[in-house]
Amino acid sequence: MKKLNKIKIKVNGKIKTIIDKLTLHELINDLKIPIRKIAIEFNKEIVDKKKLKKIKLKNKDKIEIVHFIGGG
Amino acid sequence: MRDKLKVANKKFSSRLIVGTGKYKSMSECAKAIKLSGADIVTVAVRRVNIVNKNKPLLMDYIDPKKITYLPNTAGCFTSEDALRTLRLAREIGGWKLVKLEVLGDKKNLFPDMIETLKSTEVLSKEGFKVMVYCNDDPLMAKRLENAGASAIMPLAAPIGSGLGILNKTNILIIRNQTKLPVIIDAGLGQASDATIAMELGCDGVLVNTAIAKAKKPFDMALAFKNAVIAGRQSYLSGRIDKTLMGSPSSPTKGII
Repeated sequence: MKKLNKIKIKVNGKIKTIIDKLTLHELINDLKIPIRKIAIEFNKEIVDKKKLKKIKLKNKDKIEIVHFIGGG
Repeated sequence: MRDKLKVANKKFSSRLIVGTGKYKSMSECAKAIKLSGADIVTVAVRRVNIVNKNKPLLMDYIDPKKITYLPNTAGCFTSEDALRTLRLAREIGGWKLVKLEVLGDKKNLFPDMIETLKSTEVLSKEGFKVMVYCNDDPLMAKRLENAGASAIMPLAAPIGSGLGILNKTNILIIRNQTKLPVIIDAGLGQASDATIAMELGCDGVLVNTAIAKAKKPFDMALAFKNAVIAGRQSYLSGRIDKTLMGSPSSPTKGII
C-alpha cells in the first residue's frame, strides 16, 4: 500500500502539515471557511477564487486568507 | 430634505460614515450603526482566525447588501502594504470604493502623505475609487485630487484623539478649492464637532472612536446622526454675517 506523502505549508503564518496533492479549494473547505467571504493570497499573489480548484499545494507554499473585520 | 452624499457617482442618504472598530461586541457595533443611520461603514482587512473558527464574522452582523462596506487600509505604513490590502479587499467581493490610509507615525498616527499620494495614483489607475485619508494641507489635497482621488478625507485631529477640528481654516480652504466630496475623517470627540464640520461645508464626517468608546455608544450614535443633519441644514440655510455690534431682535419703534 502506498503511503500518503505529507507536506508542510504555511497558512496565515502558522505551519500546517497536510497530505500531498491537496488543492487550495480543498484546503479552504477543510478549514470550513466560507469562500465568498474571504480573499486568498497564494505565495504573495492574489488568487482568482474561481481558480482555486486548479491550484495544487506544494511543500513550503505560503497562503494568506483574509476577511473583513471591524475597523475605523 | 433629500440632499444626498455623492461619492464616485454613487448616492448615499446619510452623510455620516461610521467605523466598525473598538466596539465591545459585534452586536453592539451593529446596533450603533443602525442608530447612526449610516449607510457606509469602514471595515478592516485581516487574517481569518484559522484556529478558532467559531468567532463571529462581521458579515453575519452587518449585511454588505444593505450597508456599503468601505474597506480601509488602517494599520498600513507603506504604499506596498496598502495596495496589497485593497487588492485583497477587492477580491473578497468586488469592492472598488475604498478608503486609503497610509500612516507615517505610530504615536500620532498622522498620514504619510508621500506614500499616500503614490498609492492614490496606482489605485486610481487600477480602477479603484479611492477616498483618501490625509492631513489638513490644502496643497496635498490638491495633489490627491490630481492623482485621481474620489474623495478627500482630511483629519480633524489625530485618530482617536477626540480633539475636534483643530484647523478650521485649512478645512475651509480644502473645501472651497475642490469639487470632490470632502469628508472629515478622524479626531472628532463629540456630536457638535460633526456639526461644525458640516457647517464648514464638508460633505460628510467619518466617526469611529467617539461613538464606540462613548459611555453610551447607542445614544452617541444617535447624537452624531442628528448633529450631522443639523450641521448640513445649517450650512444650506446660509448663516448670518458676523458683526461686532449688537442688533436688536425687537423693533425699536413704538417703545413705551
